[in-house]
Amino acid sequence: MLHNNSFVQSQMSLGQKLLHMHWFFIILLCITATVGFAMLYSAAGGDLDPWASRQMVRFALGLLGMTVVAVTDIRLWLRFSYGVYFVVLALLIAVEIAGFVGMGAQRWISLGIFNVQPSELMKVAVVLALARYFHGGSIEEIERPTFLIPPLLMVAVPAFLILRQPDLGTTIMVVFASIGIFFAAGVRIWKFVLVGGVGLASAPVAWFYLLRDYQRARIMTFINPEQDTLGSGYHIIQSKIALGSGGVFGKGYLMGTQGHLNFLPEKQTDFIFTMLAEEFGLVGGLGLLALYILLLFYGFSISLSSRSHFGRLVGMGVTITFFLYIFINIAMVMGLIPVVGVPLPLVSYGGTAMLTILFGFGLLMCVHINRDLTIGRRDSGDDF
Amino acid sequence: MHRDSERHKLFSRRAAMLAGGKALLLSTLVGRMYYLQVVESSRYKTLADENRINLRLLAPPRGRIVDRFGRAMADNQQNYRAVVIPEQAGDLSITLDLLSKIIPMGDKDWRRILREAKRKRAFVPITVRENLSWGDVARIEVNTPDLPGVLIDVGQSRNYIYGEEVAHVMGYVAAVSEKEISDDPLLELPGFRIGKAGIEKVYDMQLRGTGGSSQVEVNALGRVIRELARQEGQPGNEVRLTINLDLQRFVSKLLGKESASVVVVDVHSGDVLAMVSSPSFDPNMFNKGLDQAQWDALIHNKKSPLTNKAISGQYSPGSTFKMAVALAALEKGSITPETKIHCSGSTKLGNAEFHCWKRGGHGSVNMEEAIEQSCDVYFYETARRAGIDRISAMGERLGMGKSLDLGLPGEKHGLMPTRKWKMGELNEPWQMGETMIAGIGQGYVLTTPLQLAIMTARIANGGFQVFPRLVVNEDGEDASDNETELKSIGVAPEYLQIVKNGMNNVVNGKKGTARKARISEVGMEMAGKTGTVQVRRISKLERETGVLKNDELPWKERDHALFVGYGPVENPRFAVSVVVEHGGSGSGAAAPLARDILLEAQKLALSTPAPAPVSREANSKVMDKDGGEDVT
Repeated sequence: MLHNNSFVQSQMSLGQKLLHMHWFFIILLCITATVGFAMLYSAAGGDLDPWASRQMVRFALGLLGMTVVAVTDIRLWLRFSYGVYFVVLALLIAVEIAGFVGMGAQRWISLGIFNVQPSELMKVAVVLALARYFHGGSIEEIERPTFLIPPLLMVAVPAFLILRQPDLGTTIMVVFASIGIFFAAGVRIWKFVLVGGVGLASAPVAWFYLLRDYQRARIMTFINPEQDTLGSGYHIIQSKIALGSGGVFGKGYLMGTQGHLNFLPEKQTDFIFTMLAEEFGLVGGLGLLALYILLLFYGFSISLSSRSHFGRLVGMGVTITFFLYIFINIAMVMGLIPVVGVPLPLVSYGGTAMLTILFGFGLLMCVHINRDLTIGRRDSGDDF
Repeated sequence: MHRDSERHKLFSRRAAMLAGGKALLLSTLVGRMYYLQVVESSRYKTLADENRINLRLLAPPRGRIVDRFGRAMADNQQNYRAVVIPEQAGDLSITLDLLSKIIPMGDKDWRRILREAKRKRAFVPITVRENLSWGDVARIEVNTPDLPGVLIDVGQSRNYIYGEEVAHVMGYVAAVSEKEISDDPLLELPGFRIGKAGIEKVYDMQLRGTGGSSQVEVNALGRVIRELARQEGQPGNEVRLTINLDLQRFVSKLLGKESASVVVVDVHSGDVLAMVSSPSFDPNMFNKGLDQAQWDALIHNKKSPLTNKAISGQYSPGSTFKMAVALAALEKGSITPETKIHCSGSTKLGNAEFHCWKRGGHGSVNMEEAIEQSCDVYFYETARRAGIDRISAMGERLGMGKSLDLGLPGEKHGLMPTRKWKMGELNEPWQMGETMIAGIGQGYVLTTPLQLAIMTARIANGGFQVFPRLVVNEDGEDASDNETELKSIGVAPEYLQIVKNGMNNVVNGKKGTARKARISEVGMEMAGKTGTVQVRRISKLERETGVLKNDELPWKERDHALFVGYGPVENPRFAVSVVVEHGGSGSGAAAPLARDILLEAQKLALSTPAPAPVSREANSKVMDKDGGEDVT
């Protein structure tokens, strides 16, 4: 019966696939993105230019891309996961060699028509690669420490490259999303404890040799923002003022003073949540959070309802990545964690992040469409 | 597929744990949001307001100072400043280079501008130069296309239109010193000026007005986005002086660089029509800020240009004091107008010999003749008969020896000595010789030019106790009590008439000491009294070998030249006192000045400029009334 089902599913027409997309999830996506457009409109002082209009175009293109990813056969994704991973890794290395410095960090690479941040794409690529790897491993194999060496390298190499750019936020996201996948794949908990312990022990080394001055400054600033109110601590203090002065119901749409008077740094990108919470207050902030929680909930449920381990791991990886975006960004603007430069998914202005997220959600939709398809452990899609 | 379902179970367990972890993390976000937006909200609201609202103080325009006819003497001038806004200037040093071809800039200016540009935000204008001339303004405006970021900014600065001519009365404004900072926030405004001398100082509060404020919304960079609220300040009130600008300027020009002072008063109202102390200074210099050299030049000038000699200079009145001596003796009855005293050129008291200015003596003279010829021997005797206490009391009744409360800083009291005074101050008994010296206005007797003018006015107006008045209140009915209910000084009119006859003769009599300075215009004749005050002691030897002429003496040792007078002789309206320090003789140096001044005052009275409405009423009322009173 299971085989039968999988047979049926693999034979689904394009129309059937589209029908099987998780439409409520997509509606939630659109609502969230619309909140983003509204905030970008406000950030521009009540103007579609320069941000909201472009963001709309990107979202529309992104939705299209998402649909293409979703209707692609999941076994094709399984088959090319490593391929995708290595292409992105190559781009990352290219950035190291040829990329140009944008916004003070070497993150961008020009692909002719547009510039991309390979580090953003790596967030999804590493999910694919790890999912493929763990899909192929039995429970017994996962118990073997040597089995864990290749996936660790799969994470460590890009993480090291991204940290060198330097992009602490993305590094953290790649590492933590990977830990989530390792965890979900069933790696023993004591191993996490062990690695965590070693990591903590080596933290001083990282502090002195891996982190750049500005990253250290950000962490110091986070610990005591008041010490430098006009320097690095300025962003956090101003952001907290904006949030706090918003109160329960906010100052009203387009009425935020902190944002419009430029007290807020990067109000259209990293600090857009602050603007929302200033103009719409606690109610607005919780509203957006509720939208995110719903998206996360459906992400989880899609992941859990997949009959293939690859699908489950991809779904879980994408959901964790999405969660990390949300948590890191909001915690950062509220002064809970250091400012590391992670955008608010679907809302912040920015093309690559939008692309990454919708690519990820495309995979999630793909998992959903193929939820009843089982794929053998050794079946890497070569023989479909 | 047993193994896969086992894997699925493990996955589900782990997924549940991950979900739990996420829920936990998300709830910390919610908690944090609650803390910031509910618990701490009011604190952050305050911070947000402070962030964006900036209170700016608006300086009120300083009140004008006008003359009795409403003509401005001190007003506020547009002060044109060249400023440069670095963010609009492109390359600042290139722009400055071009600008320096229009308005020369020193290395110092250059460095200051670049330093400020570095320190301030790029949109804050930096002053390149203040007080630009029209020519500079025009040249900059014409070259605007080549001078990006260079603007002409207009501010207000105090302008003393007639500069030196009204300097001492007006005083000046200057930058606020640290000691003067009070509760008034205006004082902390950069560039704010307060009154430091003269009327500017005394009436500073009225002239200053109250500051307004403007609440502006600023962004994080400090750039003004818009004005939220504006509270207009109260401009300073206008202060109207009794000065007649035309007369003041006339007198000022007349005195030139002489070390002298002149006071002209209206004999009925006491209005000070002109008060000039020379040499003067330009009050505008204080507004702009003096450099050390300018300050030293003012301070070390032996003619004391900063002192208002009309009220701060204390002089022996010399022979101009003789009217007081005469009146004291007449009132006592120790002498009559007809009493003749013989002058042989000197008189003796014990071993001491008292000389008359005329070596050969005047022969026998009565009072009118004694005044006319200023006979010293006559007044030695008259003073001896009257006694010092009576003389000084009469002096005080005539307005001398006490402050007249003009209301300007630095007014001196002068001195009318008495026996009690000498005992109290010097612990020595009064000597008869001192009385005799006082009889010719020397010795302890001291007066100010203002007091001399008031004395003359009180004699001329028939013995009414006028006080000097410098400021007309804004409503025009300041009508100080002395105008409506002028008190008499209690001197019998017939005695005054004797003195006035004598004064008339001084100028118009055949032997008058100031005969050369008489006014020939009919109806404008003046009466007066000369005074020549010795400032050095003449030794016996010098007297025998011949007293040195003033021309032969160094400036500092020459006699002071004094003249008091009034005019016209019939129905007097104006009284004047003239003191020319080390000017030589009263008849030679002071009387001609007094003549020109009184003639001008009377001519101006005939062709009075269209007076400002308020003060015309007040003045004409006073004139009519006093004119009536004068017929006594």
